[in-house]
Amino acid sequence: MADLHTVNKSPFEKNSLEAAIKFSLAGSSILLIEDGVYGAMKGTVAEDMVKGALGDRKVYALKSDVMARAIKADRIIDGIELVDYTGFVDLVEANDKVQAWL
Amino acid sequence: MSDIKKFMYLNRRAPYGTIYAWESLEVVLIGAAFDQEVSLIFMDDGVFQLVKGSDTSQSDMKNFMPTYRTLGDYGVRHLYVDKASLEARGLTQEDLIEVAWEDFETEEEVDNIVEPVDADQVAQLMAESEVVFSF
Repeated sequence: MADLHTVNKSPFEKNSLEAAIKFSLAGSSILLIEDGVYGAMKGTVAEDMVKGALGDRKVYALKSDVMARAIKADRIIDGIELVDYTGFVDLVEANDKVQAWL
Repeated sequence: MSDIKKFMYLNRRAPYGTIYAWESLEVVLIGAAFDQEVSLIFMDDGVFQLVKGSDTSQSDMKNFMPTYRTLGDYGVRHLYVDKASLEARGLTQEDLIEVAWEDFETEEEVDNIVEPVDADQVAQLMAESEVVFSF
């Protein structure tokens, strides 16, 4: 049993990503979308928290939102996988349910 | 002219995720038409508005980043960026767009009006403004 947790808020403005990480089980997946993709950036105050989650969870970021927000591929934290809309659907399908952190 | 006021636009939101950044830009452009003294401050997630390289080709959203580069042509004199906000997000001025300014009457030119400032300067700039619009 595993869930997909989506996060659509900036980690610098709301604690949605922090909550998603705190309340998700090992083996679950976290998908960063919309302003949530800022959490995928290297060198920020949120980086250590995200790296900690990567130990036992998969973290993804939606590529189109990453591109719109001018985050270059080499600025994405190692281990985070970029997915397109089809990949988003695949993640939804592969997990038991989707839990949105707004 | 005595009716010129110092307008400050305070931008604290990331682009795209909410409508704030776009709305601020609209109001700035409208306000600029009235010959006021206009400056902008970018702080917190607002600094993301100035990061160069935005590509909305796969998002079905309008890329309004190029509009920021034209602000100097609309008479906007200063784009201040809070240094601490940049640092918290792993950004430096290298990551930001450059905006040129020119006074068409005096031919005075400034290559780049994007200027990182510290918190004390931000407080001073806001205090010196006669009107502050928050976005």
